[in-house]
Amino acid sequence: MFFLAVWKDLNLSARIGLFIVLFFVFCAIFAPWLAPYGQSQIVGDVWEPLGGEFILGTDQIGRDLLTRLIYGARNTMTLALISTAVSFAAGAVLGFIAATMGGGVDQVLSRVVDVVISIPTLIASLIVLSALGTATPTLVLVIGIIYAMPVFRIARAVAMDIEVMDYVEVARVRGEGLWWIMHKEILPNALTPLAAEFGLRFCFVFLLIASLSFLGLGLQPPLADWGAMVRGNADGIAWGFLHPLLPAACIALLTIGINLLIDRWVHKASGLRDDQ
Amino acid sequence: MTNSLPIIIIQRLAMGVFILFGVSILITFGVEALSGDVCSAILGQAAEPATVAACQVQLGLNRPIHIRYVDWLFNVVQGDFGTSFANKREVAEQIGKRLGNTLYLATSTAIFAVPIGILLGVIAALYRNSMIDHVISTSTLSTISSPEFFVGYILVAIFAVNLNWLPAISNVDSSMGFLERLYATALPVMTLTMVTVAHMMRMTRASVVNLLASPYIEMAKLKGLKPSRIIIKHALPNAWSPIIQVVVLNLAYMIVGVVVIEVVFVYPGLGALIVDAVLNRDLPVIQGTAMVFASAYVLLFLLADILSMLANPRLRHRR
Repeated sequence: MFFLAVWKDLNLSARIGLFIVLFFVFCAIFAPWLAPYGQSQIVGDVWEPLGGEFILGTDQIGRDLLTRLIYGARNTMTLALISTAVSFAAGAVLGFIAATMGGGVDQVLSRVVDVVISIPTLIASLIVLSALGTATPTLVLVIGIIYAMPVFRIARAVAMDIEVMDYVEVARVRGEGLWWIMHKEILPNALTPLAAEFGLRFCFVFLLIASLSFLGLGLQPPLADWGAMVRGNADGIAWGFLHPLLPAACIALLTIGINLLIDRWVHKASGLRDDQ
Repeated sequence: MTNSLPIIIIQRLAMGVFILFGVSILITFGVEALSGDVCSAILGQAAEPATVAACQVQLGLNRPIHIRYVDWLFNVVQGDFGTSFANKREVAEQIGKRLGNTLYLATSTAIFAVPIGILLGVIAALYRNSMIDHVISTSTLSTISSPEFFVGYILVAIFAVNLNWLPAISNVDSSMGFLERLYATALPVMTLTMVTVAHMMRMTRASVVNLLASPYIEMAKLKGLKPSRIIIKHALPNAWSPIIQVVVLNLAYMIVGVVVIEVVFVYPGLGALIVDAVLNRDLPVIQGTAMVFASAYVLLFLLADILSMLANPRLRHRR
């Protein structure tokens, strides 16, 4: 019944978005059962055409493209989701601390964020990842920390508004500690704006990961990853194969789906904002 | 507080210098993490420890990091970015050449993207919720949701492979004439233009919609003024500040988009340089290029800030 209520509340574009997102989530969860082959299994010739023995053809070394796409959904989305979660955990906690404690702590944290945020994200992650290597935990941590910076700013701004409320003052006078104020007073009230922001940030992280793997610094082979698949198949385009466009289209489609879905949500969460 | 304009601008500039200083420290330490492996990477796995040590001395990697940082900063201020590990050429010279190419790409894009983006944004805002708004908004949403390389490869598939009109790879060199260069860079410029137009249009639309919702515009409408007069006389003076912001911020985002686009089209620009340097672990080149990217970013944000303050006196009294 809850689902029905949500569904009724959505307009057409948000419904399309929800459908797209659920489709990819479904692929990601049931990847081993849906995929006809193994993700690094070589099953045929190089760049077999679409619609033959293999529904979407094969890739640059003869792996089934459909299988790779399905596993790619799983690998890429999981990576983006965990990285976004890390960035929100770190960014929100620090942002709340800055807002609640104020003074010197706030100044130091804010200035550090000012500096880090001045390095374009792609450049920053290129440098750090090339230094630390691209093991999956490193990837998650680096991207999580880089994206924690904008989250810090948002969380701090949201918490600043809540922090001046009377009930926070009451809690202070009552003698509650920093942790209590952050997670019992501020967090429940900051949850809605931050949740809408989560969807938006997930898109950014997802696109960054796609770009990084495209540049060769994302998930490492033989794991299937949409960005890396585009790069690997890119040569095919010169011979008129459309194979590299398929994983790229998946990236675009998923991001569009999420955007359509949260456009509606952001709209509702913060009455004024039109469309951004 | 009512500070005078020059004082605020000087404050912002000081802030910018502070940020650049912080960025240079961060980049140095980020790059530093790479330096341990550089010599083993150059000499291969089987290198003798003594050879590796000699190599580190030769590249100056045996000195402590803070001394190297101060040295580097001192030289950079004088325009010396050091020598590349990989090809022993001056980093400043390489950056200079590549920067020119990237700026060419960025300028050509801006010439197309800025007017188109703003025009579409204003149209979409004026005819809000009409068919034309839906078409513009949906197509730009699709564009900003796509990774840059998707847009790039679609254009390659259409114009280079199917129609065979434009080159898929953008080889440029200094001997090329203007038209020849324009032809060679047509596809990357088109790709960047599409992506930038999409961002610009959405931001312009949002700020114009916001503006048109304000009470004094309502008032002008109720007075029965002509729509053209409302836009030109009433809305536009207040729209300049957000529009300037939109333009400059998008130029900043474009700088990052350039990295991926240059790799797609094998264009010899700054973005391709940093990607190559990262893969080769060429520290001085990484350090220099990253610094150039970050400076451009910081300066553009600063410019957005100052220009919008000039265009909108209210912003001068924010704090």
